Amino acid sequence: MSVQVHNIRKTFGHYTALADVSLAVKSGKLTALLGPSGSGKTTLLRIIAGLEYADPGSGQIQFHGEDVTNVPAGKRKVGFVFQHYALFRHMTVFANIAFGLRVRRHNRPPQAEITDRVHKLLKLVQLENLAERFPHQLSGGQRQRIALARALAVEPKVLLLDEPFGALDAKVRKELRRWLRQFHEGIHLTTLFVTHDQEEALEIADEVVVMNQAKIEQVGSPQEVYDRPATPFVYEFLGNVNVLQAKSLANSGTPSSLSALQAGGHIYVRPHDIEVVPHETGAPGIPAVLRYIHAAGPQARLTLEQVENRATVDAEISRAELVRLDLRINSLVLLRPRQIRCFAEDYAI
Amino acid sequence: MLLARTQRSVLPGFGLSLGFTLAYLGLIVLVPLAAAFLKTAGMSWPDFWAVASSPRVVASFKVSFGISLFAALVNAVFGLILAWVLVRYSFPGRRLVDGLVDLPFALPTAVAGIALTAIYAQNGWVGQWLDPLWARGIQRLSNLIPWVNWPEFLGVKLAFDRPGIFIALTFIGLPFVVRTLQPVLNELEPELEEVAATLGANRWQTMTRVVFPELMPALITGFALAFARAVGEYGSVVFIAGNMPMHSEITPLLIITKLEQYDYQGATAIAVVMLVASFVLLLCINLLQKWSRRYYRF
Repeated sequence: MSVQVHNIRKTFGHYTALADVSLAVKSGKLTALLGPSGSGKTTLLRIIAGLEYADPGSGQIQFHGEDVTNVPAGKRKVGFVFQHYALFRHMTVFANIAFGLRVRRHNRPPQAEITDRVHKLLKLVQLENLAERFPHQLSGGQRQRIALARALAVEPKVLLLDEPFGALDAKVRKELRRWLRQFHEGIHLTTLFVTHDQEEALEIADEVVVMNQAKIEQVGSPQEVYDRPATPFVYEFLGNVNVLQAKSLANSGTPSSLSALQAGGHIYVRPHDIEVVPHETGAPGIPAVLRYIHAAGPQARLTLEQVENRATVDAEISRAELVRLDLRINSLVLLRPRQIRCFAEDYAI
Repeated sequence: MLLARTQRSVLPGFGLSLGFTLAYLGLIVLVPLAAAFLKTAGMSWPDFWAVASSPRVVASFKVSFGISLFAALVNAVFGLILAWVLVRYSFPGRRLVDGLVDLPFALPTAVAGIALTAIYAQNGWVGQWLDPLWARGIQRLSNLIPWVNWPEFLGVKLAFDRPGIFIALTFIGLPFVVRTLQPVLNELEPELEEVAATLGANRWQTMTRVVFPELMPALITGFALAFARAVGEYGSVVFIAGNMPMHSEITPLLIITKLEQYDYQGATAIAVVMLVASFVLLLCINLLQKWSRRYYRF
């Protein structure tokens, strides 16, 4: 089921959490709401879930074209998973998952069917043998999967996850997000998850919604938002980036479309899009001094300082390249950006 | 005993602090209690039994423990509501109400007793309206269910009768329930209620199945404290109870009466029975509490 958000505004006192946000979430896709803390992403998710209401007089939330703006959370058929699991600790895993079925007033399934469904869900999240455990006896990753199973028990039309991996340690986090990706392939439920981790969003989402300061900056596939960021914010938020003065690039005599640059703008270049060549007088490129080499890892990360204005630039080159160039600390080199993006001066971040 | 720690601990001062704790507890709690037992030990067993099982003493036990239990139960219910309101809602004067809760702690019990008596007496502010109502209610109840002696059981007046004891014991026990519940309510994750809502539970189901089990351990603690305090309460009760032997005489008063008659052994005998009974009851409550938090890891 698709989710449409039309002009939703939410303020807490004088603080604007969402400023007329509109968004269309595609049916059956895994969509990431990505942004720094305070960008409004969790508020948006909570409004979609019905845990919070948008300001009166602002827009609508629609599920599959149907207005649910004033429908209470329990009737929206959404599954919600919290960062800290929010499992009922006085209930067994089984009772936790069965909760949504047992509280039904109308068409509550018979006990045998509830048992059957809970066991199916436990199988789905690969924790079949934990039915009689209590939440405190489980690991973080297991708890989160139980929370997911509990949300799925009521057969939601939309699954909403609020920083689902935020409370887990790095290794479990990676495993679990791969697992979620595969899991989603299997069920194809419209899923929206909030994260501040760009790597996480880019790795598993079909579509990424980048948010900042109560607004949506860009919506697109992971590749789209990474390769063609719409705003300087998206550029900086998704991966490392160097911000260079357009002037220094123009002065360097580097070829390509540089003549087209407005002199006052800023150039955005990813570190791996910078070519490092030995210094040669008269050759094109921005002269810089090598200050530091981080050679641990698959790529060598270089920290350089521009000769012209002493601004720092990061570059990434392969280790073979590093050996070939025979670079030393304080050697003078030339930097040639391969792929750049220019934003006008007033587009301040 | 495995009290001695052979391993070095990063937390220093274990020996000193434990020694201090034991000495302090011994001096303040254990020695006086032991003295009561010692004094009683001077009595022969039949003498002891004669005192402890005399009708007047047994009646006072029933009054003290029965009404204390009932008052603590009522406090558990209304204390929960009060704590809920104070934690969950913000309204003008909330701080003031919050402060008022502590008043029964701070007020000298005699003052509380006199004040309550003045208010609930037949010519008091509240008593002049409620007292006739109570009397009439008891009358109706007696007509409806004649095989129970209602006037004896529930009293016919508010002040100077059993209801007075109940009023005083409720008054002094309330802060215990409210103050033990407040921090737990504060810590209660709103996510639990939110997740229940998204799963389709209505408000009542969320309260009974999610919130209440979370509060249960604290509620039992508050109940136990209120109960223990009520059993031992003397000052506020004696003014309002009427102190009729066999009917509205509490055990602590009986102990004082015996002391005034220089019957020290008799007084300590009653005290020992009371101590043991309180201890057993509190033990039961603690077991109940342990059971109620069997799912929680600490």
